[in-house]
Amino acid sequence: MQSKWKPLAAASLCAMMAASAHAATEVTWWHSMTGALGDRVAGLADQFNKSQSEYKVNPIFKGSYDEAMAAAIAAYRAGNAPHILQVFEVGTATMMYSKGAIMPVTEVMKSAGEKFDASVYVPAVAGYYTSPKGDMVSFPFNSSTTVFYYNKDMFAKAGLDPNKPPATWQEVVSAAAKLKANGEKCAYTTGWQSWVHLESFSAWHNIEFASKNNGFGGLDARLKFNSPVHVKHIENLANWAKQGYFTYAGRKNEPEAKFYSGECAMLSSSSSAYANISKNAKFKFAASTLPYYSDVQGAPQNTIIGGASLWVMSGKKTDEYKAVAKFFKFLSQPEVQAKWHQETGYLPITNAAYELTKKSGFYQKSPDPEVAVQQMIVKTTAKSRGIRLGSFVQIRTIIDEELETVWNGKKTAQEALDTAVRRGDELLVRFERANK
Amino acid sequence: MEKRARFKSAWLPYALVTPQILVTLLFFFWPAAQALYQSVLIQDSFGTTSQFVWFDNFRDLFNDANYLESFKTTAMFSIMVAFFGLSLSLILAVFADRIIKGASVYKTFLIWPYAVSPVVVGVLWLFLMNPTLGVIAHALRNIGVEWNNLLNGTHAMILIVMAAIWKQISYNFLFFLAGLQAIPKSLIEAAAIDGAGPVRRFFTIVFPLLSPTTFFLLVINIVYSFFDTFAIIEATTHGGPGKETEILVYKVFQDGFRGGDLGSSAAQSVVLMVIVITLTVLQFKYVERKVQYS
Repeated sequence: MQSKWKPLAAASLCAMMAASAHAATEVTWWHSMTGALGDRVAGLADQFNKSQSEYKVNPIFKGSYDEAMAAAIAAYRAGNAPHILQVFEVGTATMMYSKGAIMPVTEVMKSAGEKFDASVYVPAVAGYYTSPKGDMVSFPFNSSTTVFYYNKDMFAKAGLDPNKPPATWQEVVSAAAKLKANGEKCAYTTGWQSWVHLESFSAWHNIEFASKNNGFGGLDARLKFNSPVHVKHIENLANWAKQGYFTYAGRKNEPEAKFYSGECAMLSSSSSAYANISKNAKFKFAASTLPYYSDVQGAPQNTIIGGASLWVMSGKKTDEYKAVAKFFKFLSQPEVQAKWHQETGYLPITNAAYELTKKSGFYQKSPDPEVAVQQMIVKTTAKSRGIRLGSFVQIRTIIDEELETVWNGKKTAQEALDTAVRRGDELLVRFERANK
Repeated sequence: MEKRARFKSAWLPYALVTPQILVTLLFFFWPAAQALYQSVLIQDSFGTTSQFVWFDNFRDLFNDANYLESFKTTAMFSIMVAFFGLSLSLILAVFADRIIKGASVYKTFLIWPYAVSPVVVGVLWLFLMNPTLGVIAHALRNIGVEWNNLLNGTHAMILIVMAAIWKQISYNFLFFLAGLQAIPKSLIEAAAIDGAGPVRRFFTIVFPLLSPTTFFLLVINIVYSFFDTFAIIEATTHGGPGKETEILVYKVFQDGFRGGDLGSSAAQSVVLMVIVITLTVLQFKYVERKVQYS
């Protein structure tokens, strides 16, 4: 028995020694990018690994955003967290307030002796991931925003100008009426109703979604999205649903399929839907800015980002943090950023990457991705910087639930938004208590 | 006749049951104790800070009108799943029992769904019933039913009940079939000779003799609809529209796993545990009396 195992043990010992002889410092990166996006992520890591021999980044797909985050939390509790974790924007507050579980990016860079200048980032993106003290807590990676798509062919058929997308909600309705009269079954639909119609809507109209500058000012922020402007908008949507102008098709990105299959003429959703739409749509379409109400002062301001950022988990070795810092430095290069933006439809997160893309003539060939950029690059205000609330995943679910009762006529807009605010506030109180 | 097995040594029986007891302690009692402990804490998601809050988690839950509403939804859901699931599988088992030619083919087809994971079941039914793309939704529209499980609560409920039943039918079917095959043919033949028709034979002989199986399946199906169905709901309705298909276990999953609120989630699972224990005790106390074992 013993003699059988000996050579095996010797072999594995040799292998281990051989590996450690010229071992690069390895860091793990958990992400949630599937399909073509997953290939791009693997490509980025590969490019970095080949560019030098000291450090190695291992990207690992860990399921959807919420699954990866839950897995990382479980791994952290078991003392086995990855070095880098991709977390969606909704999880920002949870990550930020987790005392000691994460290491702010500014600190990672400083400890590794890397220069790090937060001002190179697009303000709306950087602001979202900056702590009240002004430190960048996570590394912006894939940011998207809410935009408006419309089917040019259907617009032309209904006698609308295909080169003039509706800029205000008033114009959306009159376009919807014309499309409906022309026999289209579905005039307008929306993905991510909470993100588009309450979160982005608030920033776009420069009104508060929650108090304390949408939660940036502290844990005691409370929801405020039941203001008259919000109620009016949801009420309008409910009426348009009744008149058949607005079709509800699901909570997340399911409605995008209704647009690129040619069933719905107009869609508001994530800018990252662009890749799928251009792949599947067999008609001419264009992207445009999110509609607004012209009678609201300050509108349009800027829209709010979605997507995800990279967080560095605490409790790792100095060498490993050095590797992470080097990798982030690599990712910040304008060429790398610009390529990522052009290939994926996510926003360019540094001003340099945007300039580079502009100079390359990319937008002349495909102007649609620039719409999202322009919506974001305007200066942000305290009310439009972003939203940072605890238990935001659950709050979004509450909003989804309450909005559905508006679309199916069980509640009025006022009732539903009041209930959503009350239920959401209860969660915020709990979160405040848990993170004191 | 002596039925009890006798062991010569004093320690052997204990040694033999130890593995089972260890497994039970490790995988049932320890997690249950953990849930009890967690339910009196409030923690941040990473577990870096935690506070002992007595029964605040429970108080918060029972002050939440939506949580109470979710009891009704769960009751409706599990009654429908158990009732329709059992009736349908019984009918199928009776037919499969009578078939002589190609019986194994039918049986294989009926057992198949059990091998499919709940998430896949959910996605499968979601595609069939999707208001835009679904084959069944399309057929329904042709006969004048505007199927929309995204906004119509009744439709959404029908969708998850069907998916849950479809998944469980194989299990029920297997037990019913085995039960049917264990019924002595002589009893049925005697009844037939006495002039009892097939329906009469079924209700006076077959069904009473099947009652232990039915009772067992009733318990299993209630537990199934309480605990094993969240994946179906996650894949289809997400508890919507509104909260009309949010059953208790889905909320546990949603708050604990996705929301990171372990305290509330643990409190909910403790409530669920109490409900299922109570239900099982009640069933054994009252329903079992009507069951004939011999």
